[in-house]
Amino acid sequence: MSTFATAQRTPARFYVSVTAAAGALAGMFIGTSQGNTLLGILIGAAVPAIIAFAATKMLPERPARWGILALFGAAGFLISALPGLFVGLIFGWFFGWFMFWLFEGHYRASLPPYLTGGQVLWHYAFRVICGAIFVFLITPILVVLPLSFNAQDFFTFTPEMLAFDPAGYSLKHYRDFLTNDAWQDALRNSLLIAPMATLLSVSFGTLAAIGLSQPHVPFQRAIMAILISPMIVPLIISAAGMYFFYSRIGLQGTYMGVVLAHAALGIPFVIITVTATLVGFDNSLTRAAANMGANPVTTFFRVQMPLILPGVISGGLFAFITSFDEVVVVLFVGSAGQKTLPWQMFTGLREQISPTILAVATILVVISIALLTVVELLRRRSERLRGMSPG
Amino acid sequence: MSDATQSGPMLAADGTPLKRSLARALRMQKIRALMLIAPLLLFVLITFILPIGDMLFRSVENQIVRDTLPKTVVALRDWDPASGEAPDEDVYFALAQDLKIAVEAKTHTRLGSRLNYEQTGAASLFRKSGRKVKRMDLENDAPFKEAFVKIDKKWGEPQIWQTIKTYAPAYTNGYFLNSVDMQKGADGPEARPENQRIYIMLFGRTMFMSLVITVSCIMLGYPVAWILANLPMRQANLLMILVLLPFWTSLLVRTSAWKVMLQQQGVINDTLVWLGLVADDARLIMINNQFGTIVAMTHILLPFMILPMYSVMQTIPPSYLRAAKSLGANNWTAFWRVYFPQSVPGIGAGSILVFILAIGYYITPEIVGGTKGVFISNRIAYHISSSLNWGLAAALGTILLAVVLLFYWIYDKIVGIDNVKLGG
Repeated sequence: MSTFATAQRTPARFYVSVTAAAGALAGMFIGTSQGNTLLGILIGAAVPAIIAFAATKMLPERPARWGILALFGAAGFLISALPGLFVGLIFGWFFGWFMFWLFEGHYRASLPPYLTGGQVLWHYAFRVICGAIFVFLITPILVVLPLSFNAQDFFTFTPEMLAFDPAGYSLKHYRDFLTNDAWQDALRNSLLIAPMATLLSVSFGTLAAIGLSQPHVPFQRAIMAILISPMIVPLIISAAGMYFFYSRIGLQGTYMGVVLAHAALGIPFVIITVTATLVGFDNSLTRAAANMGANPVTTFFRVQMPLILPGVISGGLFAFITSFDEVVVVLFVGSAGQKTLPWQMFTGLREQISPTILAVATILVVISIALLTVVELLRRRSERLRGMSPG
Repeated sequence: MSDATQSGPMLAADGTPLKRSLARALRMQKIRALMLIAPLLLFVLITFILPIGDMLFRSVENQIVRDTLPKTVVALRDWDPASGEAPDEDVYFALAQDLKIAVEAKTHTRLGSRLNYEQTGAASLFRKSGRKVKRMDLENDAPFKEAFVKIDKKWGEPQIWQTIKTYAPAYTNGYFLNSVDMQKGADGPEARPENQRIYIMLFGRTMFMSLVITVSCIMLGYPVAWILANLPMRQANLLMILVLLPFWTSLLVRTSAWKVMLQQQGVINDTLVWLGLVADDARLIMINNQFGTIVAMTHILLPFMILPMYSVMQTIPPSYLRAAKSLGANNWTAFWRVYFPQSVPGIGAGSILVFILAIGYYITPEIVGGTKGVFISNRIAYHISSSLNWGLAAALGTILLAVVLLFYWIYDKIVGIDNVKLGG
C-alpha cells in the first residue's frame, strides 16, 4: 500500500456510496435506452459499488484501473459489439479513475484543507456546470465534422456511422463540393472578393490608424465613431442602405459594389487592431529615423511598418474573415454573378438541398482554426515586440 | 524674466515669434494627421454613411405622386375630402391630362403600386385606367368625370381621391406611421384595423427575444468567465480556445450546425429517442420556432458576453474574496457583496453588446426561426426583396437603427468606444 503525505484515504462508506450514485445515474440512461429504467438504476448502482469496494481492498491503484477498464470494455463489447466496446472503455476509464480519486482523497489535494464537505461539493459541482457550458459551446462545431463524412444524404448520424462501419463513411460530399459548378463558382467568387476587400480596408485603415494615433487630432472621437460605425450598425440596415444607394449609382449587382461594401465592413476591425498596436509604439523611433536623414516614406516602410506589422496582419485577417463569412450584405448588394460561398450555404440551408453544406462547413472550421492560430501567434509576437520598446 | 519682457516676445531660430512658430507646427501636425485619415474617412462616407443617409431619406421621400400627377395635385387642392363627394370636373380633366403623359412614360403602374401600399386595389385601378386613357381624346371626350366613372366606379368615390390628396406632398410620415401600425386618415394619424397590425408586435418580439438571449448569455457566460479568470494561466488559455473557436467559426457554419442538431430527425432528437427519454413518434419540435432561435443565437453570441466579462473579472484581485471570508462571510455573502458588484461593469458591457447584436440579427432567425421566431430584420428583408415596398423597409430600418444607436450611446457612456476588444 502506498503512503501519501497530503491526501488522506476516505472511509469505505463514503467512496462506495458516491461511486454507486454516479453508477446509478449512468445506469439510468443505459437502462432507459434498453427499455428498463429501474433495473438500469439498480445494476448501475450495484456493479460499480461492488467493484469499488473489492478493487480498493485487494489491488493497488494501477493494476486495478487497468482491470476495470478491461472489464467494462469486454462487457460493452458483449452487449453491442464495436460501439459497445467504445462506450464501455469510456465508462471503465471514468469509474476506475473516479473511485480511486475518491478513495485516495486526491479530490481534496488541490483545495485548502479547511473547506467543509459542502464547499468541496460545490467546488466540483461548479466545475461540472462550467464543463457543461463548454460542451454547449463546442458541441455544435464538433458534431458537424463527422457528419460531413456521412455516406448517406442525411443531416444526422446513420446506424452504420454509429457502428463505426467504414461503409457508413465516405468523402462524397467533399467530392461534390470539388466538382459541383455552383459550389466552385461560389468559392471562386469568395476568393475574388475577400482579398480585394481586405486589401482596400487594410491600406486605407492602416494609414488612418496611424493618423488617429498622432497626439493632436481634431474631432478624434467623432471621426472614430464614423469609422467604427459599420461594425455597430446592424448588418440588415447596412445592407438595406447600400442596396438603395448602390442601385442609384449603378453599383448594385457588380463585383466592384460588393468589394466596396465588404471593405467598408472590414474597416473597423483594421482600425481597432492597428490602433491597439500603435498604443505601444515609441514615436521617438520615427524622429530618430528622420534625424538620420530618412524621408517619411522610408521611415514608414523601414521603421514603423515592421514594428506594427503583427497588428496590421491580424487586422487584415479580421477583415478577410469578415468578408469571407459575410452573407447579408452580399445577398442584397450582389447579384447571381457574385454568389459567394456563404450565400450558397444560405440558399442550401433554406432549401435543404444537400449535406455538401456540412463538408463546406468542415473546411471552413479548419480554416478558422488555422486563422485563430495565426492571430494568436501574431498577438504574442506583437506583445513581445512592444515589451522591447519602452513607453 | 525681466530679460524676456525687455527684448519683446521670444523668437524662434528663423526670427518669427516662438508662440506663432509653435502654433504653426501644431497646425501642421493636425493637418498631417487629418491628411492620413482623410482617404479612409472619404471612403467610409461614400460607401457606408451615404447609403445609410439614403435609407433615412427614402423613409420620408414621396415624390412619385407629385411627379406623376402634377396637375391633379394642384386641382385637388381646393377639394374638401370631408364633403363626402367626388371632386369636380376640372380635377378629372387634370387627371386625364396627367395620366396621358404618365402612360406614355409608363410611370402610372409604379404610381399604382405605390398607392396600393395605402389603399388596396389602387394598383389594378391605375393599370386599368391607363389602358383606357390611352385611347381618350382630350379635346372631345369631355365630360371626363363620367368617362372615368365608366372605367371604374371607384373614381366616383371620394376614397381614392382622399388617398391621392393625402400622399400628394413630397415628404410623408406615412411609412413611419405604417411601421408603428398606424395610417394617415382623413383627420390625422389613426390606428390601423386590428387584423393589419403586425409591426408593433414584431418590434416587441424582437426586443423580448433579444432580452431573453441576453439573459441566457449572462447566465451561461458568467460561470465560464469566472472560471477562466480564476484558473491558472495555462489552463485558462487552453479553455479560452473553446470560447474563441466558436467566435472565429463562420456564422453560417454555426447556424447550419444548429439546424443539424435541432431538427426533428436531428442529433438531439435522435439521442433523446435512443436514450428512451422521448418516444419516437413524439419527437420534440425545437426548430422553426422561438426556442430554436433563442438556443442558436445564445450559442452564437455567447463569446461576445464571455470576453468582456473575462477582461473585467481578470482585474478583480482574488484576495478580496479571501479577505471577506476571513472576516466571517460565508461563500454566498462573499460572492454577492464583494465579488459580484465588482463584476457588474463586465456584465453591463457584455449585455449591451449582445443586445445590440441580437436585435439586428437576420441570418439565424431566417434559417432556424420559422414564422414564429423571426425578427424585425426579416421583415425589412422581405419588404426590400419581395414586396418591394422600399419606403416601408427604410422606415422600419430607421426605427431599428435609432434603437441600436441609443444602446450604442449607452454603451459608450458605460464602457467607451475605445475599449472595444476583439478576441481577448
